[in-house]
Amino acid sequence: MDVRKTYKLFVNGEFVRSESGRAYRPDGKVNVPRGSRKDLRDAVRAARTAFPGWAGRTAMNRGQILYRAAEMLDGRAAQFVELLGGGARARRELDQSVETLVWYAGWTDKLSQVTGTVNPVAGPYFNFTIPEPTGVVAVVAPEETPLSGFVRRLAPALCGGNVVVALAAESHPLAALTLAEVVATSDVPAGVINIISGQRKELLPWLANHMDINAIDTAGCTPEEIKGIEEAAAGNVKRVIKVTQDEQSPYLVAAFMEMKTVWHPIGV
Amino acid sequence: MAITKKQSDALAKQVFEYAPAPEAIDHVKIQPRYGLFIGGRMVEGHSKKHFPTINPATEKKLAEVVEADEVDVDRAVKAASKAFDSWARLSPSRRARFLFRISRLLQERSRELAVVETMDGGKPIKESRDVDIPLSAAHFFYYAGWADKLEWAFPNRKARPLGVAGQVIPWNFPLLMLAWKIAPALAAGNTVVLKPAETTPLSAMLFAEICMQAELPPGVVNIITGAGKTGSLLVSHPDVNKVAFTGSTEVGKSIQRAIAGSGKRLTLELGGKAANIVFDDAPLDQAVEGIVNGIYFNQGHVCCAGSRLLVQESIAEPLLEKLKRRLSTLRLGDPLDKNTDIGAINSRAQLEKIKGLVESGIEEGAELYQPECVLPERGFWFPPSLFTNVSQSYRIAREEIFGPVLSVLTFRTPNEAVEKANNTPYGLSAGVWTDKGSRILWMAERMRAGVVWANTFNRFDPTSPFGGYKESGFGREGGVHGLLPYVDLN
Repeated sequence: MDVRKTYKLFVNGEFVRSESGRAYRPDGKVNVPRGSRKDLRDAVRAARTAFPGWAGRTAMNRGQILYRAAEMLDGRAAQFVELLGGGARARRELDQSVETLVWYAGWTDKLSQVTGTVNPVAGPYFNFTIPEPTGVVAVVAPEETPLSGFVRRLAPALCGGNVVVALAAESHPLAALTLAEVVATSDVPAGVINIISGQRKELLPWLANHMDINAIDTAGCTPEEIKGIEEAAAGNVKRVIKVTQDEQSPYLVAAFMEMKTVWHPIGV
Repeated sequence: MAITKKQSDALAKQVFEYAPAPEAIDHVKIQPRYGLFIGGRMVEGHSKKHFPTINPATEKKLAEVVEADEVDVDRAVKAASKAFDSWARLSPSRRARFLFRISRLLQERSRELAVVETMDGGKPIKESRDVDIPLSAAHFFYYAGWADKLEWAFPNRKARPLGVAGQVIPWNFPLLMLAWKIAPALAAGNTVVLKPAETTPLSAMLFAEICMQAELPPGVVNIITGAGKTGSLLVSHPDVNKVAFTGSTEVGKSIQRAIAGSGKRLTLELGGKAANIVFDDAPLDQAVEGIVNGIYFNQGHVCCAGSRLLVQESIAEPLLEKLKRRLSTLRLGDPLDKNTDIGAINSRAQLEKIKGLVESGIEEGAELYQPECVLPERGFWFPPSLFTNVSQSYRIAREEIFGPVLSVLTFRTPNEAVEKANNTPYGLSAGVWTDKGSRILWMAERMRAGVVWANTFNRFDPTSPFGGYKESGFGREGGVHGLLPYVDLN
């Protein structure tokens, strides 16, 4: 007789039940927590608290942690392949997820060299522009590829120093919830990644309206959902990131970044 | 704000006499009535409604402009749509040449533009002459050079134009904001419909003439006048692919809401409540000049104005003493006078808003200081003002006043300065004054703001990206980053 796992939300580095006590069974068998508005609120608070620490790490350190996550994910490849239904397709999805983490791990300490500038202003000033993370980013995992799609949304946001509150794919939440176990063993500081499972219809409006979320990635959303998100996002001028699901580029990382320009006079 | 005889006598003794030095205006021709610039020529509006634009320093009417209606907006957008294909396909070096040409024409007509800007908006001629117009020309010159180098701006991607850009700009830097909007849009191959602010349409009308002089292909730039309604029709027009707005956070939010789900690209440059932070080791005289430039430049009608002065407690007293003394030497009056430091408030509505917020500051318990200052009888004026004894919760410490009003707060430690500076939904700019290099970088890193001026303030340059964090908006204008909002990289 096997010892079954209880699936839980991942908030502030801890595996927790939904405060609502609710659950749903996306595959008809396993109970998955049905997260609530309050769970989201807790996750945002944890993320906000973790933000200065994560943003303040050296770029190299963030890169090493993302790479560590790739190691941990690869080490549990068999488990994830089984979770994704087995077979070549599942294997491809796992490989792609590992590759995505490795790829972005190598971007952390190159981003400001590629997207930053030193600006030749017409005067005696030293002037430079550097990317800085925007803050708390909401990520909505796509339903179609619950692991690789999720990792593709997660990694670019983390790469630049943002912290994430993520909604797991509603129909296949187990991949994201199990990824939390990878995160928990990869030296990712508590609160940097928070993962909530539940119903999108219920949770999306709270995400889009939350006044302490700075940006929301909508790659996993339908056009109707995007319209609702964009309307609500205006409440605190959220950045609404709209790219295709398979986008993988430093431009995507930059979409989660603010460009800061600093001036200083030159003189004796 | 009447002034007593006694006050005026005291003033006469105190203030160094300056002879009037008015800028000549005889070389400037303002037409009594302007149409709309659509499809490469000035046309009558479909709307028969006109409204006056006045000189805020005299309240005299300068001209009338059209209040463009739905049909006018549609005509302008159609003209821009029609022009798009050939403009986007035009050889990039030709596009560059048109922009270089516009830049040169702006330089050639710079004094005329400066005078019109000052008459229509109320800003001192020395600012329109030395800041607004040269920077506008420089902006076109900078982006002209990008037009045929886009493949170097975005490695590994092909930068395609988006289509028609609908652009709505504010009244504080009318021509400069026009340049910030139009130059990158055109360089990337877009066509534009631009709406200047209702109180300052005239420099945009002169710019329309410049487009004709430059023989810019018809429809590449279209300029329509009107108020908020016209702007809202423009951004909501279905054939507009990209919306760019500079103005208040309130209107910015309503635009973000209005175009939700439309697939239009959006950039917003909104309000601010910048902290200007002075540490105890800062060179005080330089800091005082920076504070004055930070909040009294352009009557404080600056979204990135240093409207919250954070002074380290130990130097608050000497700094304020110097600052107050400096305020008493600021010359308020005729914006066309070359010695004027503080011109007219842009409109009656803005003056009322400033007065309302200043009253709230007094009611909430802050202490108001204004130097003795003679205000002209006609026109809209507000003396340079500063509040001490300000709590962070007061409206004058939280809300954008957009006038020559400074709120002074104090701090003890660098951490407290960071906390207070970032304690706002805005995040456009910040200032830091200290002699210690490591502290400058430490502070710059912690300011949640798009522009940090260290030991300087309110500097602008076409190569230098500008834009906000948080509710100050998103997207950057200036530099290579300023091209991004106008291209599709997919």
